[in-house]
Amino acid sequence: MSNTGRIIHITVYRFDPDQDSKPYPATYEVDASHCRGVMLLDALEYIKSHLDETLSFRRSCNEGVCGSDGMNINGKNGLACITPLASLPDKVTLRSLPSFPIIRDLIVDMTRFYKQYERADPYLQNTGDAPAKERLQSPEERSKLDGLYECILCACCTSACPSYWWNPDKFMGPAALLWVARFLADSRDNYENERLEALQDAFSLYRCRSVMNCADVCPKGLNPAKAIADVRHRMLDEST
Amino acid sequence: MVRNILALTGSGVRDWLIQRVTALLILAYVITLVTYVVQHAPLTYAAWHQFFACHVVKIVTTLILLSVVWHAWIGMWTVFTDYIKPRMLRRVLTVSVIIYLFYNLVWGLDLVWSI
Ligand code: SF4
Ligand code: SF4
Ligand code: FES
Repeated sequence: MSNTGRIIHITVYRFDPDQDSKPYPATYEVDASHCRGVMLLDALEYIKSHLDETLSFRRSCNEGVCGSDGMNINGKNGLACITPLASLPDKVTLRSLPSFPIIRDLIVDMTRFYKQYERADPYLQNTGDAPAKERLQSPEERSKLDGLYECILCACCTSACPSYWWNPDKFMGPAALLWVARFLADSRDNYENERLEALQDAFSLYRCRSVMNCADVCPKGLNPAKAIADVRHRMLDEST
Repeated sequence: MVRNILALTGSGVRDWLIQRVTALLILAYVITLVTYVVQHAPLTYAAWHQFFACHVVKIVTTLILLSVVWHAWIGMWTVFTDYIKPRMLRRVLTVSVIIYLFYNLVWGLDLVWSI
Protein backbone atom coordinates (compact mmCIF):
# COMPACT_ATOMS: atom_id res chain seq x y z
CA MET A 1 0.00 0.00 0.00
CA SER A 2 1.43 3.38 -0.95
CA ASN A 3 1.56 6.05 1.73
CA THR A 4 1.02 8.98 -0.68
CA GLY A 5 -1.98 10.92 0.55
CA ARG A 6 -3.09 7.97 2.64
CA ILE A 7 -5.15 8.91 5.69
CA ILE A 8 -4.74 6.59 8.65
CA HIS A 9 -6.95 6.72 11.74
CA ILE A 10 -4.84 5.87 14.74
CA THR A 11 -6.68 5.14 17.95
CA VAL A 12 -4.52 5.19 21.03
CA TYR A 13 -5.77 3.98 24.39
CA ARG A 14 -4.73 6.80 26.66
CA PHE A 15 -4.33 6.73 30.39
CA ASP A 16 -3.17 9.13 33.04
CA PRO A 17 -3.24 7.45 36.46
CA ASP A 18 -3.79 10.82 38.17
CA GLN A 19 -6.98 11.53 36.24
CA ASP A 20 -8.38 8.40 34.64
CA SER A 21 -9.87 5.32 36.20
CA LYS A 22 -9.24 3.28 33.06
CA PRO A 23 -7.74 3.73 29.59
CA TYR A 24 -9.96 5.52 27.06
CA PRO A 25 -9.57 5.68 23.27
CA ALA A 26 -8.48 8.83 21.44
CA THR A 27 -8.42 8.82 17.65
CA TYR A 28 -6.02 10.84 15.51
CA GLU A 29 -6.16 11.37 11.79
CA VAL A 30 -2.73 11.14 10.24
CA ASP A 31 -1.77 11.76 6.63
CA ALA A 32 0.94 9.17 6.10
CA SER A 33 2.75 11.30 3.54
CA HIS A 34 3.30 14.00 6.20
CA CYS A 35 5.21 11.62 8.45
CA ARG A 36 9.00 11.74 8.39
CA GLY A 37 9.40 8.03 7.80
CA VAL A 38 7.37 5.03 6.77
CA MET A 39 7.00 3.30 10.12
CA LEU A 40 4.25 3.38 12.73
CA LEU A 41 6.62 5.16 15.12
CA ASP A 42 6.88 8.02 12.61
CA ALA A 43 3.10 8.41 12.73
CA LEU A 44 3.23 8.55 16.54
CA GLU A 45 5.96 11.19 16.34
CA TYR A 46 3.75 13.12 13.94
CA ILE A 47 0.83 13.01 16.37
CA LYS A 48 3.07 14.17 19.21
CA SER A 49 4.58 17.10 17.33
CA HIS A 50 1.51 18.23 15.36
CA LEU A 51 -1.69 16.99 16.96
CA ASP A 52 -1.28 16.31 20.66
CA GLU A 53 1.95 16.89 22.53
CA THR A 54 0.62 15.14 25.63
CA LEU A 55 0.67 11.72 23.94
CA SER A 56 3.28 9.62 25.73
CA PHE A 57 5.32 6.69 24.45
CA ARG A 58 8.87 5.42 24.74
CA ARG A 59 11.34 5.32 21.91
CA SER A 60 15.05 5.50 21.36
CA CYS A 61 16.90 3.68 18.61
CA ASN A 62 14.23 3.86 15.89
CA GLU A 63 15.53 0.63 14.37
CA GLY A 64 14.38 -2.31 16.45
CA VAL A 65 17.46 -2.52 18.64
CA CYS A 66 16.66 -0.89 21.97
CA GLY A 67 13.32 -2.54 22.72
CA SER A 68 11.68 0.65 24.01
CA ASP A 69 8.58 0.88 21.87
CA GLY A 70 6.88 -2.46 22.37
CA MET A 71 3.12 -1.97 22.16
CA ASN A 72 -0.04 -3.74 21.16
CA ILE A 73 -0.75 -2.95 17.51
CA ASN A 74 -4.20 -4.01 16.30
CA GLY A 75 -4.21 -6.76 18.90
CA LYS A 76 -0.68 -8.04 18.35
CA ASN A 77 2.43 -6.98 20.25
CA GLY A 78 5.23 -5.48 18.21
CA LEU A 79 7.72 -2.63 17.89
CA ALA A 80 6.31 0.56 16.39
CA CYS A 81 9.66 1.52 14.86
CA ILE A 82 9.89 -1.53 12.62
CA THR A 83 6.20 -1.87 11.79
CA PRO A 84 5.70 -0.29 8.35
CA LEU A 85 2.53 1.78 8.03
CA ALA A 86 2.11 0.04 4.68
CA SER A 87 1.61 -3.25 6.52
CA LEU A 88 -1.29 -1.82 8.54
CA PRO A 89 -4.93 -1.19 7.58
CA ASP A 90 -6.34 2.37 7.54
CA LYS A 91 -7.61 1.95 11.08
CA VAL A 92 -4.98 1.20 13.68
CA THR A 93 -5.62 0.62 17.38
CA LEU A 94 -2.73 0.95 19.82
CA ARG A 95 -2.70 -0.16 23.42
CA SER A 96 0.07 -0.45 25.96
CA LEU A 97 1.59 -3.92 26.41
CA PRO A 98 -1.20 -6.13 27.85
CA SER A 99 -1.00 -7.11 31.53
CA PHE A 100 1.79 -4.63 32.34
CA PRO A 101 0.89 -1.80 34.76
CA ILE A 102 0.43 1.44 32.81
CA ILE A 103 2.47 4.49 33.79
CA ARG A 104 0.97 6.69 31.13
CA ASP A 105 -0.58 6.09 27.68
CA LEU A 106 1.70 3.59 25.93
CA ILE A 107 4.36 3.62 28.64
CA VAL A 108 4.30 0.62 30.96
CA ASP A 109 6.04 -0.23 34.20
CA MET A 110 8.76 -2.78 33.38
CA THR A 111 9.95 -3.28 36.98
CA ARG A 112 8.58 -6.79 37.40
CA PHE A 113 9.81 -7.77 33.94
CA TYR A 114 13.37 -6.66 34.79
CA LYS A 115 13.20 -8.45 38.13
CA GLN A 116 12.40 -11.63 36.25
CA TYR A 117 15.31 -10.97 33.93
CA GLU A 118 17.48 -10.56 37.02
CA ARG A 119 16.25 -13.94 38.26
CA ALA A 120 17.76 -15.49 35.14
CA ASP A 121 21.25 -14.48 36.38
CA PRO A 122 22.03 -13.04 32.95
CA TYR A 123 25.82 -13.14 33.18
CA LEU A 124 28.52 -15.77 32.83
CA GLN A 125 29.37 -17.77 35.93
CA ASN A 126 32.26 -20.15 36.05
CA THR A 127 33.96 -21.94 38.95
CA GLY A 128 37.05 -22.79 36.89
CA ASP A 129 40.34 -20.95 37.18
CA ALA A 130 40.27 -17.55 35.60
CA PRO A 131 42.05 -17.65 32.23
CA ALA A 132 45.04 -15.38 31.59
CA LYS A 133 43.14 -13.35 29.07
CA GLU A 134 39.67 -14.56 28.17
CA ARG A 135 37.64 -17.74 27.89
CA LEU A 136 37.80 -18.89 24.32
CA GLN A 137 34.92 -20.33 22.41
CA SER A 138 35.01 -22.29 19.16
CA PRO A 139 32.80 -21.13 16.28
CA GLU A 140 30.61 -24.22 16.88
CA GLU A 141 30.18 -23.36 20.55
CA ARG A 142 29.44 -19.78 19.66
CA SER A 143 26.80 -20.81 17.14
CA LYS A 144 24.78 -22.41 19.96
CA LEU A 145 23.94 -18.89 21.13
CA ASP A 146 22.28 -17.97 17.84
CA GLY A 147 18.58 -17.44 18.25
CA LEU A 148 19.10 -16.70 21.96
CA TYR A 149 21.51 -13.80 22.33
CA GLU A 150 19.56 -11.45 20.02
CA CYS A 151 16.81 -10.71 22.57
CA ILE A 152 16.37 -6.97 23.11
CA LEU A 153 14.10 -7.29 26.17
CA CYS A 154 11.20 -5.51 24.53
CA ALA A 155 8.71 -7.65 26.53
CA CYS A 156 6.46 -8.23 23.51
CA CYS A 157 6.57 -11.98 24.20
CA THR A 158 6.07 -11.91 27.95
CA SER A 159 3.16 -9.52 27.61
CA ALA A 160 1.51 -11.84 25.07
CA CYS A 161 1.83 -14.97 27.20
CA PRO A 162 -1.42 -16.24 28.79
CA SER A 163 0.49 -18.14 31.48
CA TYR A 164 2.16 -14.89 32.42
CA TRP A 165 -1.18 -13.09 32.62
CA TRP A 166 -2.45 -15.62 35.17
CA ASN A 167 0.70 -15.95 37.27
CA PRO A 168 2.98 -12.96 36.68
CA ASP A 169 4.27 -13.21 40.25
CA LYS A 170 5.46 -16.81 39.93
CA PHE A 171 6.00 -17.67 36.25
CA MET A 172 9.15 -16.01 34.92
CA GLY A 173 7.75 -15.41 31.46
CA PRO A 174 9.24 -16.22 28.05
CA ALA A 175 11.82 -13.42 27.86
CA ALA A 176 13.53 -14.24 31.16
CA LEU A 177 13.43 -17.95 30.35
CA LEU A 178 15.00 -17.33 26.96
CA TRP A 179 17.85 -15.70 28.87
CA VAL A 180 18.17 -18.73 31.09
CA ALA A 181 18.49 -20.84 27.95
CA ARG A 182 21.05 -18.42 26.54
CA PHE A 183 23.39 -18.88 29.50
CA LEU A 184 22.78 -22.62 29.74
CA ALA A 185 23.90 -22.85 26.13
CA ASP A 186 27.11 -20.89 26.70
CA SER A 187 30.24 -23.07 26.81
CA ARG A 188 31.96 -20.48 29.05
CA ASP A 189 29.42 -20.95 31.83
CA ASN A 190 29.42 -23.96 34.16
CA TYR A 191 26.56 -23.11 36.49
CA GLU A 192 24.09 -25.38 34.72
CA ASN A 193 23.10 -27.17 37.92
CA GLU A 194 22.52 -24.02 39.94
CA ARG A 195 20.60 -22.44 37.09
CA LEU A 196 18.31 -25.44 36.75
CA GLU A 197 17.98 -25.84 40.50
CA ALA A 198 16.46 -22.36 40.68
CA LEU A 199 13.65 -23.37 38.31
CA GLN A 200 12.60 -26.60 40.04
CA ASP A 201 9.23 -25.44 41.31
CA ALA A 202 5.95 -25.92 39.47
CA PHE A 203 5.68 -22.29 38.34
CA SER A 204 8.90 -20.49 37.36
CA LEU A 205 9.54 -22.57 34.24
CA TYR A 206 6.87 -25.24 34.16
CA ARG A 207 3.90 -22.89 33.86
CA CYS A 208 4.72 -22.53 30.18
CA ARG A 209 1.99 -24.40 28.34
CA SER A 210 3.57 -24.12 24.90
CA VAL A 211 0.88 -21.80 23.57
CA MET A 212 3.57 -20.28 21.31
CA ASN A 213 2.19 -16.73 21.53
CA CYS A 214 5.72 -15.66 22.44
CA ALA A 215 7.29 -16.99 19.26
CA ASP A 216 4.41 -15.59 17.25
CA VAL A 217 5.04 -11.99 18.33
CA CYS A 218 8.80 -11.73 18.86
CA PRO A 219 9.92 -8.86 16.61
CA LYS A 220 13.42 -10.34 16.44
CA GLY A 221 12.09 -13.66 15.15
CA LEU A 222 13.21 -15.58 18.24
CA ASN A 223 11.45 -18.61 19.66
CA PRO A 224 11.22 -18.48 23.46
CA ALA A 225 8.84 -21.46 23.49
CA LYS A 226 11.50 -23.66 21.95
CA ALA A 227 14.15 -22.28 24.31
CA ILE A 228 11.87 -23.17 27.22
CA ALA A 229 11.36 -26.69 25.86
CA ASP A 230 15.16 -27.06 25.65
CA VAL A 231 15.56 -25.99 29.27
CA ARG A 232 12.93 -28.56 30.24
CA HIS A 233 14.83 -31.28 28.47
CA ARG A 234 18.03 -30.31 30.24
CA MET A 235 16.11 -30.47 33.50
CA LEU A 236 14.80 -33.92 32.62
CA ASP A 237 18.30 -35.12 31.69
CA GLU A 238 19.73 -33.80 34.94
CA SER A 239 17.00 -35.22 37.16
CA THR A 240 16.45 -38.69 35.72
CA MET B 1 9.48 -20.59 46.76
CA VAL B 2 7.13 -21.99 49.38
CA ARG B 3 6.00 -25.45 48.46
CA ASN B 4 2.33 -25.67 47.60
CA ILE B 5 1.06 -28.58 49.71
CA LEU B 6 -2.05 -29.11 47.61
CA ALA B 7 0.06 -29.72 44.52
CA LEU B 8 0.82 -33.36 43.83
CA THR B 9 4.61 -33.22 43.99
CA GLY B 10 5.48 -29.50 43.96
CA SER B 11 8.33 -30.28 41.59
CA GLY B 12 7.86 -28.86 38.12
CA VAL B 13 9.82 -31.54 36.32
CA ARG B 14 8.20 -34.41 38.25
CA ASP B 15 4.65 -33.13 37.66
CA TRP B 16 5.50 -32.57 34.03
CA LEU B 17 6.88 -36.06 33.58
CA ILE B 18 4.01 -37.71 35.48
CA GLN B 19 1.48 -35.89 33.32
CA ARG B 20 3.07 -37.10 30.13
CA VAL B 21 3.69 -40.68 31.21
CA THR B 22 0.19 -41.09 32.67
CA ALA B 23 -1.33 -39.57 29.53
CA LEU B 24 0.45 -42.17 27.40
CA LEU B 25 -0.59 -45.02 29.71
CA ILE B 26 -4.22 -43.91 29.68
CA LEU B 27 -4.15 -43.57 25.91
CA ALA B 28 -2.68 -47.06 25.48
CA TYR B 29 -5.29 -48.49 27.85
CA VAL B 30 -8.19 -46.84 26.04
CA ILE B 31 -6.90 -48.09 22.68
CA THR B 32 -6.56 -51.63 24.06
CA LEU B 33 -10.04 -51.52 25.53
CA VAL B 34 -11.63 -50.18 22.36
CA THR B 35 -9.79 -52.79 20.27
CA TYR B 36 -11.05 -55.54 22.56
CA VAL B 37 -14.63 -54.29 22.38
CA VAL B 38 -14.54 -54.00 18.59
CA GLN B 39 -13.01 -57.45 18.17
CA HIS B 40 -15.57 -59.07 20.42
CA ALA B 41 -18.62 -57.22 19.11
CA PRO B 42 -21.36 -57.77 19.99
CA LEU B 43 -19.87 -57.86 23.45
CA THR B 44 -21.54 -60.18 25.94
CA TYR B 45 -21.44 -59.75 29.69
CA ALA B 46 -19.69 -63.10 29.92
CA ALA B 47 -16.83 -62.03 27.65
CA TRP B 48 -16.48 -58.71 29.44
CA HIS B 49 -16.48 -60.47 32.81
CA GLN B 50 -13.90 -62.98 31.64
CA PHE B 51 -11.67 -60.17 30.36
CA PHE B 52 -11.66 -58.39 33.69
CA ALA B 53 -11.30 -61.61 35.67
CA CYS B 54 -7.78 -61.93 34.29
CA HIS B 55 -5.20 -60.87 36.86
CA VAL B 56 -3.05 -58.98 34.41
CA VAL B 57 -6.04 -56.89 33.38
CA LYS B 58 -6.81 -56.18 37.04
CA ILE B 59 -3.29 -55.03 37.77
CA VAL B 60 -3.11 -52.90 34.63
CA THR B 61 -6.51 -51.39 35.39
CA THR B 62 -5.34 -50.55 38.90
CA LEU B 63 -2.32 -48.77 37.44
CA ILE B 64 -4.55 -46.89 35.04
CA LEU B 65 -6.89 -45.83 37.83
CA LEU B 66 -3.89 -44.42 39.68
CA SER B 67 -2.72 -42.72 36.50
CA VAL B 68 -6.08 -41.05 36.02
CA VAL B 69 -6.04 -39.76 39.59
CA TRP B 70 -2.46 -38.43 39.28
CA HIS B 71 -3.14 -36.90 35.92
CA ALA B 72 -6.37 -35.21 36.98
CA TRP B 73 -4.87 -33.97 40.25
CA ILE B 74 -2.00 -32.20 38.51
CA GLY B 75 -4.26 -30.92 35.74
CA MET B 76 -6.95 -29.54 38.02
CA TRP B 77 -4.43 -28.01 40.42
CA THR B 78 -2.85 -26.24 37.44
CA VAL B 79 -6.19 -24.98 36.15
CA PHE B 80 -7.18 -23.72 39.59
CA THR B 81 -3.88 -21.93 40.21
CA ASP B 82 -4.27 -20.25 36.82
CA TYR B 83 -7.86 -19.14 37.00
CA ILE B 84 -9.10 -19.15 40.60
CA LYS B 85 -7.44 -16.26 42.35
CA PRO B 86 -9.34 -16.05 45.71
CA ARG B 87 -7.25 -18.29 47.95
CA MET B 88 -10.01 -19.74 50.08
CA LEU B 89 -12.15 -20.69 47.09
CA ARG B 90 -9.13 -22.26 45.43
CA ARG B 91 -8.32 -24.32 48.51
CA VAL B 92 -11.89 -25.57 48.80
CA LEU B 93 -12.03 -26.48 45.11
CA THR B 94 -8.65 -28.22 45.12
CA VAL B 95 -9.44 -30.23 48.24
CA SER B 96 -12.86 -31.15 46.80
CA VAL B 97 -11.22 -32.43 43.63
CA ILE B 98 -8.70 -34.47 45.63
CA ILE B 99 -11.45 -36.02 47.75
CA TYR B 100 -13.55 -36.73 44.68
CA LEU B 101 -10.59 -38.37 42.93
CA PHE B 102 -9.86 -40.58 45.93
CA TYR B 103 -13.49 -41.56 46.20
CA ASN B 104 -13.39 -42.62 42.56
CA LEU B 105 -10.14 -44.48 43.05
CA VAL B 106 -11.48 -46.51 45.97
CA TRP B 107 -14.73 -47.18 44.13
CA GLY B 108 -12.83 -48.24 40.99
CA LEU B 109 -10.48 -50.53 42.91
CA ASP B 110 -13.42 -52.10 44.70
CA LEU B 111 -15.12 -52.78 41.37
CA VAL B 112 -12.07 -54.18 39.66
CA TRP B 113 -10.99 -56.46 42.48
CA SER B 114 -14.48 -57.75 43.30
CA ILE B 115 -14.80 -59.42 39.89
S1 SF4 C 1 4.95 -20.95 24.76
FE1 SF4 C 1 5.08 -20.75 26.96
S2 SF4 C 1 6.13 -18.84 27.31
FE2 SF4 C 1 5.47 -18.83 25.17
S3 SF4 C 1 3.50 -17.75 25.22
FE3 SF4 C 1 3.11 -19.90 25.45
S4 SF4 C 1 2.99 -20.34 27.63
FE4 SF4 C 1 3.97 -18.34 27.31
S1 SF4 D 1 12.37 -12.77 23.06
FE1 SF4 D 1 11.77 -11.40 21.43
S2 SF4 D 1 9.80 -10.56 22.10
FE2 SF4 D 1 10.75 -11.45 23.88
S3 SF4 D 1 11.79 -9.75 24.88
FE3 SF4 D 1 13.28 -10.79 23.55
S4 SF4 D 1 13.20 -9.70 21.63
FE4 SF4 D 1 11.37 -9.11 22.77
S1 FES E 1 12.73 2.54 19.19
FE1 FES E 1 14.25 1.10 19.72
S2 FES E 1 13.25 -0.77 19.33
FE2 FES E 1 11.83 0.66 18.57
